[in-house]
Amino acid sequence: MFDLTGKSALVTGASGGIGGAIARALHGAGATVALSGTRMEPLEALAGELGARAHVLQCNLSDAAAVEALPKQAVEAMGAVDVLVNNAGITRDNLFMRMSDEEWREVIEVNLTSTFRLCRGVLRGMMKARWGRIVNISSIVGATGNPGQGNYAAAKAGMVGMSKSLAYEVASRGITVNCVAPGFITTAMTDKLNDEQKARILTQVPAGRMGEADEIGAAVLYLASPEAGYVTGTTLHVNGGMAMI
Amino acid sequence: MSDIADRVKKIVVEHLGVDEDKVTENASFIDDLGADSLDTVELVMAFEEEFGIEIPDDAAETIQTFGDAVKFISEAA
Repeated sequence: MFDLTGKSALVTGASGGIGGAIARALHGAGATVALSGTRMEPLEALAGELGARAHVLQCNLSDAAAVEALPKQAVEAMGAVDVLVNNAGITRDNLFMRMSDEEWREVIEVNLTSTFRLCRGVLRGMMKARWGRIVNISSIVGATGNPGQGNYAAAKAGMVGMSKSLAYEVASRGITVNCVAPGFITTAMTDKLNDEQKARILTQVPAGRMGEADEIGAAVLYLASPEAGYVTGTTLHVNGGMAMI
Repeated sequence: MSDIADRVKKIVVEHLGVDEDKVTENASFIDDLGADSLDTVELVMAFEEEFGIEIPDDAAETIQTFGDAVKFISEAA
């Protein structure tokens, strides 16, 4: 089950904890992976760890021209992009009343607009192949909101509406478009929280623990697999019950 | 019939799964040949590849019939 042998996957934000776990999961199922991110070191370390079938493609997602070029580079490296995982994201948290246009714009640009551009960039190949999997990594806050994250929540909720619209358009071509919405996951970002902050958040998680990046990787692997061909336009929430939606 | 028209017809027949004799000069891809809007995008992509040309979006919108496609490609190729 969930065999991706012969498939090629482009994963953005692969230098991060969740992106790396997603790349490992897809690669472990046999896929060739293109690891994209801004920081070369972790990308090359991950590629070295994966060994064969791993390519590094550096890309700054706030650079529109670089984003346009990324799908083409991935095709050059791997021959195709059968699976696209839009995982990269940034935060610029601030209280709504204090949020600058710049903080708003940056987050929308990197988290939402680059996702739109990358989806558009891989569609031609997927349409011709009559097969494709797009998995966009949203967030629980896109569904629930979060104080201080008006920009981030807007981008993550925007991803869901965008994915559903695209899912409608391309379903008849064997292409599925879904989202995975992680809850509270152990990453470099959440490591910065102190024990008290973590304990407070955990009171809201029925599972009583933080999620692991691998658990997001597994959700993405399912949605990328041939077995999930009848699943499209959905959001898979992976949050330990933090929000049952 | 010109070589270009033959090649365009072949793409249309293959892509839309219609009989060759239905693909006439004035046959509309959507109204007569059963294409949906995504089919028309795919046809344009196929024309671009077959003839090695670029068909900009605003030009693609004017290509409604088989005759339109042959005319545009004849001028562009």
